[in-house]
Amino acid sequence: MLTRRKLIQGLASGAGAIAATSVASTAEARARHTVPDKALGLLYDGTLCIGCRACIPACKAANDMPAEHTELANGDYWDAPLDISGKTLTVIKAYRDGGGTHKDQVKDGFAFTKVSCMHCVDPSCVSVCPVSAMTKDPTTGIVKYSIDACIGCRYCVAACPFGVPRFTYDTPFPKISKCQLCQHRLGEGRYAACAEVCPTGATLFGPVSDLKKEIERRRALTPGTKTTYPRGRIGGNDTYEGAAGAYVAHTYGETEIGGTQVLHLSGVPFELLDKPALPTVAPADISESLQHTIYNKLIAPIGFLGVLAAAAWRHMRPPPEAVAVPEAAGAPGDSTDPPSGTEPPERAREGGQR
Amino acid sequence: MIAPGTAAHEEPAPIGGRLVTRFTAVLGLLVGLLAVVVAIRLVRGIGAVTNLNDGYPWGLWIVYDDVIGTALGSSGFIVAFATYVLNRGAYHPMVRPALVTALFGYVMASASVFVDIGRYWNAWHIFVPHYAQFNSVMLTVALCIVACTGILAIEFLPAVLERFGMHGIRRRLDRVMFLFIAAGVVLGAIQQSSFGSLLIAFGPQIDPVYQTRLLPLLFLTSTVGMGLAAVVIEAGASSLALRRPLERDLLVKLMKIGQMIVQIFLVARLADLAIRGALPKVIEPTPVAAVFWIETALFVAPIALLGGPRGDRPARLFLAAMAMALAGMLYRIDAYLVAYHTGAGWHYFPSLGEIAVTVGLIAAEILAFIVLIRLFPVLPRPHRPDPATNPGSARA
Repeated sequence: MLTRRKLIQGLASGAGAIAATSVASTAEARARHTVPDKALGLLYDGTLCIGCRACIPACKAANDMPAEHTELANGDYWDAPLDISGKTLTVIKAYRDGGGTHKDQVKDGFAFTKVSCMHCVDPSCVSVCPVSAMTKDPTTGIVKYSIDACIGCRYCVAACPFGVPRFTYDTPFPKISKCQLCQHRLGEGRYAACAEVCPTGATLFGPVSDLKKEIERRRALTPGTKTTYPRGRIGGNDTYEGAAGAYVAHTYGETEIGGTQVLHLSGVPFELLDKPALPTVAPADISESLQHTIYNKLIAPIGFLGVLAAAAWRHMRPPPEAVAVPEAAGAPGDSTDPPSGTEPPERAREGGQR
Repeated sequence: MIAPGTAAHEEPAPIGGRLVTRFTAVLGLLVGLLAVVVAIRLVRGIGAVTNLNDGYPWGLWIVYDDVIGTALGSSGFIVAFATYVLNRGAYHPMVRPALVTALFGYVMASASVFVDIGRYWNAWHIFVPHYAQFNSVMLTVALCIVACTGILAIEFLPAVLERFGMHGIRRRLDRVMFLFIAAGVVLGAIQQSSFGSLLIAFGPQIDPVYQTRLLPLLFLTSTVGMGLAAVVIEAGASSLALRRPLERDLLVKLMKIGQMIVQIFLVARLADLAIRGALPKVIEPTPVAAVFWIETALFVAPIALLGGPRGDRPARLFLAAMAMALAGMLYRIDAYLVAYHTGAGWHYFPSLGEIAVTVGLIAAEILAFIVLIRLFPVLPRPHRPDPATNPGSARA
């Protein structure tokens, strides 16, 4: 017979088993995701950005995004979004210190940064979406959104460590908004509108492998020397003459949560630009590895079900027509647990009335 | 051992009585308010009635109505299983009320999800393999909520069949009931632990005091405590409201189990903090550390209240159950909202509209409970003739 004590022991050992598998889950981890060979992405070089914000309306036009009303202390503005939102897929933000006179300088300086989807190698939004509305293209690695599949649960909004997917709260027919690297224009021989319109090549579109080579080239230059930058897309004919930047050592997106296909270079530390400091392991990897361990071939849940069903079956109450014979009520040995098994229900009632 | 069918075995019976009282009228009003807010939400969007934003895309509805509501509702599975396996019959008086509240908890959770999700007309995608994404913990949770609601309905079905005199079907159902009883516990456990797993994908956005791979275990154990506490609170409340005798010895036993479960939770929680080196974080002057201590004190309280010779006093049992339920509720609010760091500049506190929906759902649950116990055999028939059984004299 299953007594209360045994039940608790069972629960405790079950809990121990979960704890053990939880701790050991890294051993069972699924294969780490890597950048697809033909992955496409962006390189944003903050030292080249002049803060003209041409990318913002270009993005809106290319993606049919509505203008946005912005309230500021000194008045209201149209289409001057301060952050990405359900209506805005990319913005340029600025860091400023003191007089803000020197570009890419921490003290008394200023610097620009771009906010948009990072197109993660192992995206949280794809991992958490219950209905496959968020998918990662196996060839280009672009993280895509399907409005037709989406149920609007906003798990992607909550899970993304970059705060990228946004939701439209002001309509009865809402959707998720996020940059999809202008994938709808790729077939027309065009590419990301923000890169296409960028006058200095600060936002550059291209295959991730080429973008990484370009980063190496820029880092090898002596800061301040003249160099030729590709403009728009890498491998195109358009170029821009500029001075080599003085970069901080880290390339943002190279290691963050397992890497991203959008890479950032900067002249000031990324924490000043509000870029979150993130671990190198993708939360999606931890979450999925743990789930795959607990629910591995459904052995644990089915085993648990079997044990419980057997216990419940053995202690099943007899069908109503058999209740006249008390001995028929259960398996022998029921009285081995006197405190619980032989308790007269009378006592319970009287106890309550004391 | 109890001889079933004798006087000691209390058969549930409808308690009768008036359906329209001042109390039920107030509940009806609250449900009406809920309907108004939902109508505005359907016409003007989620933002018109909530304070939800892109920093806090989940708020009161998800955390209370779903995460907490179904955790309290898990009492149904626990009591149903305990009845079959532990004492066979001795817990019987509590099974049906527990099943009813659990069923309502799950139905309300599902209803709340429909109000909360933006594109509810696509909700069926969850059940279609073409769309279903099995790495998503959300999918697990959603499927479990639906399955659990169905199982609770089946577990409650005998009361309905009895009411309409369908004894043949009832007997056949009783023969396979053990399967549903077991499946309910398994699915309930998967669902409740998944509410913890849900947060693992949030990664560093959840404070280190709360972010751990033990989240599923911590959510599961605290759920069992909450479910048991809910049974005790419910038994105490209906004994007071309906002037019925309190099943004290049974409640003592349930709370003993609850106490042990809470001990497992506390050991796992503290050991996890120590092993991950997150203990220094709980002595820093932060909101997260503050809520951690309040919640931990509430987890310790039942152990302190129930220990010692006076641990079986009804007042102590009730207080311990309240502490245990509150502890679990706070743990969920803290993990989902207080420990959720989403970047500077984002704030969230539930709006009046959100509160109206949650209060309205709770009112609907209580209202449905009152109607059900008056019309269906849910509560046990009292041992002695009692004025409370006279129709009209009970004011629920």
